[in-house]
Amino acid sequence: MRQFSLLSRTAGAAFLAPAGVLIGAFVIAPFFWVIYVSFTNRTLLGRTALNPEFVGLGNYFSLFDAASFFTRGEFGFSLILTVQFVLFSALAGQAVLGMLLAWMLQSVPKSLKRLTEMVVIAAWILPEVVIAFAWFAFLDYDDGTLNMIMEALGLPRGDWLLSFPFWVIVVFNTWRGTAFSMMLFNSAFSSIPPSYFQAADVAGATSWQKFRDIGLPLIRGHVVTDLILITMWTFNVFTPFLLTAGGPSFRTEILSIYTYRVAFRDFEFGKGAAVGVIIMLINLVFALFYLWVTRRRAARVAA
Amino acid sequence: MTRYLSLYFTRIGFSVATALLGAVFALPLIWFIFAPFNPRAELGLAVPDPFSLANFETVFQNAFALRGLWNSLIQSVGGVILVGAGATLASYALSRSPIRGKNVITYILLLFSSVVSGSAAMVPIFLIVNGMGLIDTHIAVILVFAGGLLPTAMFILRDFIDGIPKSYEESAMVAGASPVQAFFDVALPVIRPGVVVVVVWAFVNIWGSFLIPFILLRSSEKMPASVAIYSFYSEAGTPIVTLLAAYSLLYSLPVIVLYLFVSWKFGFRFFGGIKA
Repeated sequence: MRQFSLLSRTAGAAFLAPAGVLIGAFVIAPFFWVIYVSFTNRTLLGRTALNPEFVGLGNYFSLFDAASFFTRGEFGFSLILTVQFVLFSALAGQAVLGMLLAWMLQSVPKSLKRLTEMVVIAAWILPEVVIAFAWFAFLDYDDGTLNMIMEALGLPRGDWLLSFPFWVIVVFNTWRGTAFSMMLFNSAFSSIPPSYFQAADVAGATSWQKFRDIGLPLIRGHVVTDLILITMWTFNVFTPFLLTAGGPSFRTEILSIYTYRVAFRDFEFGKGAAVGVIIMLINLVFALFYLWVTRRRAARVAA
Repeated sequence: MTRYLSLYFTRIGFSVATALLGAVFALPLIWFIFAPFNPRAELGLAVPDPFSLANFETVFQNAFALRGLWNSLIQSVGGVILVGAGATLASYALSRSPIRGKNVITYILLLFSSVVSGSAAMVPIFLIVNGMGLIDTHIAVILVFAGGLLPTAMFILRDFIDGIPKSYEESAMVAGASPVQAFFDVALPVIRPGVVVVVVWAFVNIWGSFLIPFILLRSSEKMPASVAIYSFYSEAGTPIVTLLAAYSLLYSLPVIVLYLFVSWKFGFRFFGGIKA
């Protein structure tokens, strides 16, 4: 018997075409084009704008030039800064804070739970420009809410964006993104049968023991998912640009901002493309790892 | 007895800690709640006395600000139409047609879209749009977003369509409907909730975005509100705080409304899975 299907192969292809063209032109073509451009000395203006020359691995050699690699405003400095940014703001910040909130929210009154969730989620859903502007006001030296609080506590005012720019964007990104981890862990915790915790209560377990021996082991899979996703997002995030524009003197210039500056301020497209290729390679590693983890889990569930 | 006491104290301790943490989270936003309604707002925290809508009047008299909102709307609606239509057709084909390697296609597209992020792809996207002669046009922003958001949209929708029994369309075809009729008249109404989710998700993403319009647009008449707000507070010597606060709130409203709509309609947890 011929297998019956609702759409013929031709009709299926026709249905796929519009999406295929758009994805082809604006996702797949850029992927290959950025690799090509990274081997040229293409610029925005001048002779090499129209007739870029092939420079082989020249752009990559200049990125990894040992003499200036770690200098401020160079690729190596930016890469290390980005790794620190991910470690502190995503892994130590968002994941830990999200876990703490999710765990505590399991045993607080409903109204408090809803209120806290609302605030944390507001930080996450509001448009990035609005958030950056609100932080601009929050951190203002003369009138900002933060310095007002510092003064009320008898502490000295700080010119935060000038004195501690890196820690500002770390705290900022933690604050901005904690909601995702909180919601993910929250729904993971609530999928654990309550009887597990009730049995532990009867045995007189403390909250920490319940977390360590029941909660955490049972949501291990969600933790891995969460860590990979927030690492990937934080690695690519551009929002700190809106607060610091990468400054002062490159101290907050994470890779996304570095790429932007090299390509659209210095107009060195070839070099910017080379950074883009490296970012894509790192993204690819994360994405493949994520796929591998989820597929392995799916296979284990099926088995 | 001590057991219940300790449970009770844990609960109180957690409540206090949660309230404190929630308050810390709220701090950077408190200013933003009051300033739009304070005609004398500065960067300092002050309760408006009296509450006033004067700042909003200023916004509505500012042509540049209004145009920004209008441009955001053009770009978001344009992008949403392409994402909604493209993803519906494509995911229906992936779900219902006998094309080989459907799963592989879906996963490869998803992989591409997560690897080709804004920060990695800004150079080639700029060059492609430049090569097409579309720099500084709305359509460039719309197309770039449509391409970038489609793989995830297709993934969400395909999951949704796979969950709908084929017998709906089959019985329509037994009654003499063509495959295309079966799609438009039978399948589409059933799929609609899934399309709504994808459309809301795409809208929020485009409406709030900054980087893509920032690099693809040049003239101030085409800037969406996000870029307008950024230029208001980054370029001008002292920002016009009153205008900017009210404007930011207006610009945030659609996102807040859609968030409330989704959490009311689909529950809270659902939104967690669909942002970005």
